[in-house]
Amino acid sequence: MGIAKIARRTFLIGAAAIAGGVAVGYYYVSRPYDNPLEKDLAEGEVTFNPYIKIAEDNTVTVITPRAEMGQGIHTSLAALVAEELDLTLDDIEAEHGMADWAYFNGGMLEDGVPFAFFNESFMAETMRTAMPMVGKVLGLQVTGGSSSIKDGFDKMRQAGCATRYMLLEAAAKEFGVDKSTLKIEGKSVVDPASGKALEFGKLAAAAASLEMPSELVLREQKDWKLLGKSQPRVDIPDKVTGGHIFGIDVDLPDMVHATVKMSPRFWAKAKSYDEAPALAVPGVQKVVPLETQTGNGFGIIADTTWAAFKGAEALEVEWEEASYPKTSDAMFEVIEKALETEADQSLRDDGSVETAFADAPREELLEADYKVPWLAHACLEPMNATAQFRDGVLSVWAPTQAPTIIQMICAGQVGVESSDVRVHTTKLGGGFGRRGEVDFPIYAVELSKHTDGRPVKVTWSREEDTRHDTYRPAAMGRMKARVKEGGLPTAFDMHLSSPSIIQSLMDRTFPGQSPAGPDNTMEHGAFDQPYTIPNYRVRASKADLPVPVGFWRSVGNSYNGWFHESFMDEIAEKAGMDPLDMRLELMKDYPAAIGALKKVAEMSGWGREMPEGKGLGLAHVLSFGTWVAMVVEVTNEDDEIKIDNVWAATEIGTAIDPSIVKAQIMSGIVFGLSSALGQEINFEDGEVVEGNFDEFDSMRMNQCPDIHVELLETYHKTGGAGEPGTPPSIPALANAIYAATGTRIRTMPLSHEVDFVS
Amino acid sequence: MKLNINSRLVEVGDDPEMPLLWALRDIAGMKGTKFGCGIAVCGACTVHVDGIPTRSCQLPVGDVDGPVTTIEGIGNKENLHIVQQAWIDEQVPQCGYCQSGQIMAAVALLDETPDPTDEDIDDAMTNLCRCGTYPRIRSAIRRAAENMKQEA
Repeated sequence: MGIAKIARRTFLIGAAAIAGGVAVGYYYVSRPYDNPLEKDLAEGEVTFNPYIKIAEDNTVTVITPRAEMGQGIHTSLAALVAEELDLTLDDIEAEHGMADWAYFNGGMLEDGVPFAFFNESFMAETMRTAMPMVGKVLGLQVTGGSSSIKDGFDKMRQAGCATRYMLLEAAAKEFGVDKSTLKIEGKSVVDPASGKALEFGKLAAAAASLEMPSELVLREQKDWKLLGKSQPRVDIPDKVTGGHIFGIDVDLPDMVHATVKMSPRFWAKAKSYDEAPALAVPGVQKVVPLETQTGNGFGIIADTTWAAFKGAEALEVEWEEASYPKTSDAMFEVIEKALETEADQSLRDDGSVETAFADAPREELLEADYKVPWLAHACLEPMNATAQFRDGVLSVWAPTQAPTIIQMICAGQVGVESSDVRVHTTKLGGGFGRRGEVDFPIYAVELSKHTDGRPVKVTWSREEDTRHDTYRPAAMGRMKARVKEGGLPTAFDMHLSSPSIIQSLMDRTFPGQSPAGPDNTMEHGAFDQPYTIPNYRVRASKADLPVPVGFWRSVGNSYNGWFHESFMDEIAEKAGMDPLDMRLELMKDYPAAIGALKKVAEMSGWGREMPEGKGLGLAHVLSFGTWVAMVVEVTNEDDEIKIDNVWAATEIGTAIDPSIVKAQIMSGIVFGLSSALGQEINFEDGEVVEGNFDEFDSMRMNQCPDIHVELLETYHKTGGAGEPGTPPSIPALANAIYAATGTRIRTMPLSHEVDFVS
Repeated sequence: MKLNINSRLVEVGDDPEMPLLWALRDIAGMKGTKFGCGIAVCGACTVHVDGIPTRSCQLPVGDVDGPVTTIEGIGNKENLHIVQQAWIDEQVPQCGYCQSGQIMAAVALLDETPDPTDEDIDDAMTNLCRCGTYPRIRSAIRRAAENMKQEA
């Protein structure tokens, strides 16, 4: 094990640095943060590390610092602790805890390196090793990038293991026996010889005062009792009984309600406004102009959310003109034009596509342009946040994926130190990347300056939410390949063009800070796919458009995966090859991909005789460390497409909770199919056209296919679960429609060219 | 104004135009019923009025003409409704935000049609779920129907 490998696995508890039982030296970035739980302990509570509290009454609380937005992360993170602490999930209370730098996500940034997941070269590994350190220095407590398990797998188990050692040690002293003879049963340490038992709650104070163990030996996979097995999710009982759990449900003494009416044209301000009609609405208290780093508009403070909504409707505003191209068509011209320029970046350039194309006979060349629109996240819980500014302390309650970023930015808004900003993460009614943004807390904090110390809950209307999103960018892909009848492609070229998410995110989140280097997200799902083609290039051009764009479930993979895998289908057709056979050849260097492809072929009965009007479509996308091969089956009846079945073979390395992983893959599939079925955000006069679910809908029950997910666990690295289901679903559907109808669609949504059962 | 909600008389304010959804949430403090769209297309706000599944975001409190049942009224963690239990058994919810409405729609469906076909489920379950829990919702409805048969 080289030093880099060791450092990557380093986890610190107290003064000890440990790596799979090996103590190593450490340096500045490896120093642990203070344990944030120490600040807020209740009477009789004891903490062992940032993840575990034990109370005198034997309550064991596990801080699960990734946002629970539906992906089941509280269950899985709690299970990692429970496994090492010899508990069941029933023994544990799982909580988000307060925003704190100690809860940085090192796993997410590992994926930020400009290398494919399967690239384990010295350079790639060195950069991956460094990335968590960056996360630590920045204190980024962020949920995203399907990275929570990657980040928490060692940390949480080590936290549980160290606590177990200390509890056993304390009990051994108490009983006067050797700790190796003790065991844990039902939140007590038991001495089988004497039959004596002591609850964790009674041992905790003594245990926490012991020296931290300097070496930990984690349980081996073969001995796992909880991990690798489906657990009942800890959040479900509240979710079926209407428990008060989401940000929108926050209810505080003396709280007032509010909403926002932001400029429908991005970055434009109000030229003039009349607040009188709004103030005339019964229950409306105040209209507050807002000028912030994320947008301009007004806050309407009222007695109830309904009154605030009515007030916002009544408020008369004349807005400035848009400073950018005003229609979707005009914006697409900018995106298309960027394809005519030199690319800004290229993350893959094998061989020389130029040479391969230069001497190709015309009939061996295949070219196509692909295009996708902007998309809204459409979290079912509309954007909202609650803030209270009183006695120099700012409290924010938010359904957020990025609590420490809120802490940092909102501190500046009211002029206090970050340490005087308390961010409470509520449960999230969907996130999908939208809730890593800072606009919704910023507006709540602005309004909290106008409520005399009373808390203010700011709830957006659905229309406000759809029209002020940070959209999945529109994009184009110019594809070119060289392939001849009966052969494999010898050259494959993708030129991508889209606005840059990283640029847009930096501009609104940290104005004035320029991002360095390429925006890898622009090429994700394209440069990093496990195909071997001798001449293989992926490059991208940034289209300069100021409409905010952001992380949307699977990010660049959501469209590049489609461009790549649909064009592969076109190549297979030109070569006269079966799409599965061609992929098996092109991916033969990657056993994980081959395993997933063969599995999905078996699940779906690939190659079977299809009746008239039915078609199967195949795609494979590796994203967030998980290899997903997918087949979609459609029926074309009376010129309406019905999606009958989706089969997904998912190579994830190790599935911590198979039921949760399958649910996530299924969820990602419905999310992707929903976009293909008819979602698009359009612009007119610089404003977003679509407002509510009648104009921006998603798949419903009657359209939802039977979804069959199988997990494969052979790869040596573990991948994510939340996002990898989305990218292959879109090309697999489009390819199935081609198989069933002969219509090759290259523009999203597919509903422009075919009708779906509705 | 007072309404019969979950068999109790509950104060819902004095604005007859206010949608039942907001009266429940902001005045009565009953947060289980969710706001999703405000135009009755997503179903997150589904309650029962006189046993009929109703989207409360488009129903002014002044027009409520029967007893109201919300998610809080059909069962609780100690005493779950058979549909809530099926939702747990099938591990349906992900983010959970739509599930109050989904469960209220399912309860009404099974009250009316104890042994629903796939088509019955498609027709009754029009609520939006952004997490895509539809396959597990379908399984949970089937399971609840089966359990109801056995209890009957």
